[in-house]
Amino acid sequence: MKRVLLLATAILFIGIAARAQFSETIKRSEVHGSFEFDGAYYMADEGVGITDSMINGQNFAFNGFGKITYTLGKFSAGLRYEAYLPPLAGFDPRIEGQGFPNLWAMYTTEKFSFTVGNFYEQFGNGLTLRTYEEWMLGYDNSLNGARVTFEPVKGLLLKGVYGMQRFYWTPYTKNSRGIVKGFDAEMDFNQVIKGMSDSKVRLTLGGSFVSKYQADLDPLYNLPRNVGNMAGRMTLGIGKFNLSTEYAYKINDPSAINNFIYKAGEGFLLSATYSTKGFGLYAMFKRYDNMSYKSNRAVTANGLDINFLPPNTETHSYMLTSMYPYNTQPNGEIGFQLQMNYKVPKKSKLGGKYGMGIAINYSQVNDIVRDPVNVPGTDTTAVGLPGTDGWTSPFFKFGSRIFWQDFNIEIDKKFSKKFKGSLTYMYQSYDIATLEGHTGMPIVYSNIGVVEMTYKFTSKQALRWEVQGLWTDRDKGDWAALLLEYTVSPHWFVSVSDQYNYGNPDEVNRINYYTGSFGYTRRTTRIAITYGRQREGIVCVGGVCRAVPASSGFYVTISSSF
Amino acid sequence: MKRLIVLIVILFLGVAMYAQEPSERKKLPSVNIKTIDGQTFNTQNIYNNGKPILVSFWALWCKPCKKEMDAYNENYEDWQDETGVKIYAVSIDDARSTAKVLPFVSGKDWEMEVLLDPNGDFKRAMNVNMIPHTFLIDGNGNIVYQHTSYYEGLEDELYELVKKVAAGKDISKH
Repeated sequence: MKRVLLLATAILFIGIAARAQFSETIKRSEVHGSFEFDGAYYMADEGVGITDSMINGQNFAFNGFGKITYTLGKFSAGLRYEAYLPPLAGFDPRIEGQGFPNLWAMYTTEKFSFTVGNFYEQFGNGLTLRTYEEWMLGYDNSLNGARVTFEPVKGLLLKGVYGMQRFYWTPYTKNSRGIVKGFDAEMDFNQVIKGMSDSKVRLTLGGSFVSKYQADLDPLYNLPRNVGNMAGRMTLGIGKFNLSTEYAYKINDPSAINNFIYKAGEGFLLSATYSTKGFGLYAMFKRYDNMSYKSNRAVTANGLDINFLPPNTETHSYMLTSMYPYNTQPNGEIGFQLQMNYKVPKKSKLGGKYGMGIAINYSQVNDIVRDPVNVPGTDTTAVGLPGTDGWTSPFFKFGSRIFWQDFNIEIDKKFSKKFKGSLTYMYQSYDIATLEGHTGMPIVYSNIGVVEMTYKFTSKQALRWEVQGLWTDRDKGDWAALLLEYTVSPHWFVSVSDQYNYGNPDEVNRINYYTGSFGYTRRTTRIAITYGRQREGIVCVGGVCRAVPASSGFYVTISSSF
Repeated sequence: MKRLIVLIVILFLGVAMYAQEPSERKKLPSVNIKTIDGQTFNTQNIYNNGKPILVSFWALWCKPCKKEMDAYNENYEDWQDETGVKIYAVSIDDARSTAKVLPFVSGKDWEMEVLLDPNGDFKRAMNVNMIPHTFLIDGNGNIVYQHTSYYEGLEDELYELVKKVAAGKDISKH
C-alpha cells in the first residue's frame, strides 16, 4: 500500500511538474532528473565454469534507479527510486528489493540551508564523516534526518547534521543501529579577513566533531554508547606550494571490525604539492590506526560507515592495471605516495610539434607496528585480543608487512593531427592474503605494460586500440589483453576486447574473456549493449571494493538525464 | 507486480524526459564546492559576462574525460579568441585524490578553470550519472545543451554549438 501511495505521489509529482513547466504562472518551477538501468541476461558457459544450476533460473537481473528533483526558487525537493530485481551478480544480496530509499526537501537562502530527509555530506576529507552513494558498488550510507548549514559571513561555513544511516532496505528500529550527530566549521581566511583577499598566502582552517549513539546490549562487554570522533584540518597555499593536512582522533570504539578492542583510533593525512606551468609535484603521507567508524558496531561488510578513509594509491583504469586494486585497511595502515607530472614543451626536441606528457607515480602502504600493551615481562596478553586495549603503535614507524607497492610511468604523445598514443609501465606488489583475505597466499609481484593508440580517419571517425600484458608467476599467472574501439562522434561506438589468461599454471583455466559492445549516445542518453564474458575480479571506487564473480551473457546499460 | 511498477516508473521517466527536451531551460544550482587550491566556491559564481560557458565533469581515473579535456585545451585559445567561451572543468575525484588534481592540471598545462567536487554535491544537483558529461550554458545562464561520453572529434561538434550560442542563435532543435 505504501509503495502504491509513493508511486502515485511520484506520478502526481511528474504530472504537476509537467503542467507547471508549461503553465505561464509558475515559470520558475524546474523539474529535472535522471535514470539508469543496468541489466544482464546470464547464460551458462562451461568455459568460465558457469552451469545452469548455478544460475538457478535467475537468468535476468538488473539494477536501476530513477531520480527526480523539483526546484522552485529557494525550495527544492527530490526523490530517488531504486530497484534490484534481483541485483546483478556481485552485489550484496541484501540490496535485493525496490523502493524509495531517498526522499528529501531543502530550503536555501543566502546564509542558511535547511535539509530534511536523506542527504549526503562530507566533513573535511571525510575522516569523521562522509555520506555518499556509489552506484557501481551498490553503496549508499546516506543520513536520513536533518542538516543545517549557516554562513554568517562569507567564507565561514558552519554545518550541523543529525540522523540515522541507510542500510540496504532494513528499516530503522530501536537499537538496530546508531544515531549520528555531527558539527563542522570551516573558515577561509582570505574571504573572511578583508586584508587577505589578495594575499599570496591562502589559508583555510576547519574542525569537526561527530558522535554516534548505539545502545549497549552486549552480555559480556561494557561498551561505550556514545563514541566521539573529532578532527582538525588546514590547507595552506603559498605561491606555487600547497599544503593540506587533517588529523582525526576517535575515542575507543570496540566493534566487530577491530575485534572488540578498547583502543582509541587515529587518522592522519598530509599532502604537499608544487605546481607551475607544465610541471606538478605531489607528495603525501597517511596513517590510519583503528579508524573504522560505523553506526552499527556489529557490521563488518561494506555499509553503515560514518567516516571515509581515503586510500593513497593511484586509481588505474586499464583492464589489466586494475586487476589488483587497493582496499583500505581500517585497522591500521601507513603509507605514502609521490607523483610527478611534466609536459615536455611543444617544439622541443623530445616534445615535437605537440609536446609530450610524462607522469610518474609511486605509492606504498605498509602495516602499522603493533606492540603489546602490557608491561614487558609482567604478562603476556597477545596483541589485539578482544576486551583489551589492543596494541600500542609508534606513530611514524612502518610495519614490516608491505600491503602494496606500485610504481608506474605513463608517457603520452601526439604524433600528428591524426595519430596519438600512450605508453604505460607498472610494477606492482600486492599482498593478496591481506587485501583479498586469501590467507596464506604469497604476495603477487607483477609487471604490466600497456600501449594505447588512437588514429583519426576523419574529424568524426577514430579507431583506438590497446595492447596490454601482465606478467607474474603468482596467483593466476600471465595475462594478455587486446581492445579495439571504433567511434563515430557524437553518436556511435563499437568495440571488441579479449583478456587471455595464457599463463595460468592450471591449463584448464587458460580462459579467454572476450566481449563485444556497441552503443549509441544522443545528448545525455546513452545505450550500450555488451555480449561476452566478465572476468572474476574486484571493482573498487574510492578504496571501497566489491568482488565480481565470473559471468557470461548479455549486458545492457541505459542512462539518461533531463 | 514489482517489475510492473518498475516498468511504469521507467516509462514515466521516459515520457517526462521527452516532454522536457524541447524546452530545456535550467539555471545552475547553488552548491558549495571547492576551487582547485581548496577554497570554498559557490557554483552560482560560474560566470562569463554574457558569453557562453562550458561546464565539464571529469576525474583523474576517467581516461576519456582526460582526453576530452586535452582536446578542449588544445583548442581553448582559438575558441576564446573567436567566441569568448570559458571552460570550467569540475573534478569529481574524492578525498583520495583531490590534492592530486592541482599538480596534475599544472603538469598537463591546462588553461581552463578547474573546480573540485569531492563529494559529488554539484554532480548530483546537475543529475550527472556518468562522466564525462558536459553542459553548454548561454550568456543568460541557461543550460542549453548537454552531452555525456566523449568520442574523438566531439569537440568540433560542440564548438559549432558554442559558436551558435555565442551568436545568440537557438540550438534547442539540435
